[in-house]
Amino acid sequence: MMHWDQIKTEIQTHLGQQVQRWREHNPRRIYIDIHPDSLLSVAQFLFETLSARFIIASGVDTPRDCIEVLYHFDFQGLPQVLSLRVAVPKSRLEVDSLAPVIKGTFWIEQEIHELFGIVFKNHPDMKHLLLPEDWPEGNYPLRRDL
Amino acid sequence: MSTVIPIGPYHPLQEEPEFFRLHVEGERVSSLEIELGYNHRGIEKLAESKSWDQVVFLVERICGICSTSHPAASVNCQEDIGAIIAPERAQYIRTVICELERIHSHLLWVGLAGHFLGYNTVWMWSWKYREIVCDLLEKITGNRQSYAMFKAGGVRRDLDNEDIPGVFDALDQLKPVVALFRGAIHDDPVLHARLKGVGVLSPEDAHAYGVVGPTARASGVPIDVRKDDPYFAYGWVDFQMIVRDEGDVYAKAMCRVDEIEQAVLIIEQCLKQMKPGAIDIHIKEIPAGEGIGRAEAPRGEVYHYALSDGSNFPARYKVRAPSYTNILSNEVAVIGESVADAALILAAVDPCYCCTERLTVIDSVTHQKETYRQSDLLQLSRAKTNALRERLLR
Repeated sequence: MMHWDQIKTEIQTHLGQQVQRWREHNPRRIYIDIHPDSLLSVAQFLFETLSARFIIASGVDTPRDCIEVLYHFDFQGLPQVLSLRVAVPKSRLEVDSLAPVIKGTFWIEQEIHELFGIVFKNHPDMKHLLLPEDWPEGNYPLRRDL
Repeated sequence: MSTVIPIGPYHPLQEEPEFFRLHVEGERVSSLEIELGYNHRGIEKLAESKSWDQVVFLVERICGICSTSHPAASVNCQEDIGAIIAPERAQYIRTVICELERIHSHLLWVGLAGHFLGYNTVWMWSWKYREIVCDLLEKITGNRQSYAMFKAGGVRRDLDNEDIPGVFDALDQLKPVVALFRGAIHDDPVLHARLKGVGVLSPEDAHAYGVVGPTARASGVPIDVRKDDPYFAYGWVDFQMIVRDEGDVYAKAMCRVDEIEQAVLIIEQCLKQMKPGAIDIHIKEIPAGEGIGRAEAPRGEVYHYALSDGSNFPARYKVRAPSYTNILSNEVAVIGESVADAALILAAVDPCYCCTERLTVIDSVTHQKETYRQSDLLQLSRAKTNALRERLLR
């Protein structure tokens, strides 16, 4: 089992360039902002190299011109939760899918797609998860403007 | 010849409808499709129109079995946003309630699994002993389910010291029950034949799907929020994380039985260590910011993420229940298994029980359709148990 300090050093060494902001809400809750373009490589590094466990992703609509997606990870035996935050611009709601790398993201990407309207590129099946198939196009229930 | 078998989506006994489409080659399952959304209640959207205090009551209604797990994660989440620390006595009371719930939830699963396998005595006994726990919860909280005890900064009602000897007595009654069920599963060759090596989930698949709780621990993945990220009083009591390597239905069953024993030990320690004192710090507001709350429900980690803009209502409230990750892992656990075992495997992750109200077999070549009812599926499962029993008796 790796110690948190080791993991932190690994992340800062390998991903230092891609981290836009590192915020520690408290020693157990860490939020990292990254550019949507680096999401796949960062998530892959965490999941495959550091054996991080994917917990879930949360979509958050903001009053700004972007929708945030947070990908929450933790590490076996450690109390830390690491949340990767990407700000997807509302002008182009697209981000790489993690489903080809992490099977556990399959449903949540479908869910964020139907509730926020973000398209996950290369997702194997970008269909509805919870809403009915005949749900009207362009209605995204968790958007602030609905 | 390939056959498609839909299972579900509705079953009157359960609050979580799911729809499974089994693709079968002969007797063996070749792939599984799962569909959700039959009971989408929009809790996350609804939470945005509830005050922080009301959110705890709202999330208590997500699950009817582990009804205190979501409030536990919710208060952890709100306390994370505001860096709030609840009084020690409140943390002990919360832990007692969470563990009592784990016992009754696991006993419920053991009973249903027994019923499904054709061991109705196990079902009756298990649910009889579950009554002891439900009565205890009623005594402590006033409710058998949905206890309404938790709030950010403490608990709503104190545990009456006069009730404590009665709780110890009830726990003493439960101890032989754990030994009874462990022996019943461990010593029965039919159950060994029926459960061992069935529906195996490898540690690699457990990681890929991010499964949690007994589903992960039975596959040799040692994760438990109570140990890894201690909350409430879990950091102040001794208990063992139950981990097994087999990954099959047998391991999942034994894991749950052993966890009942650990839960009893945790409650006893809490009651002995608990001192008189405040139970609530009466917080006035949740400040702006974001927070994460986790709790180890009977089925695994419950995860809440919330964003506060400083108002009385959450700006965003995200909930992830353990079944969300566990159910998807069935698409690998069920491959290569027989139809008689499939429903058991789907149920082994304890998804508040798989929906077997109606089952239709469609022959994909001739398009002939045949409808099975729940009784037919039960019969199929029990027939296999009986066949094994007869073969072993010979």
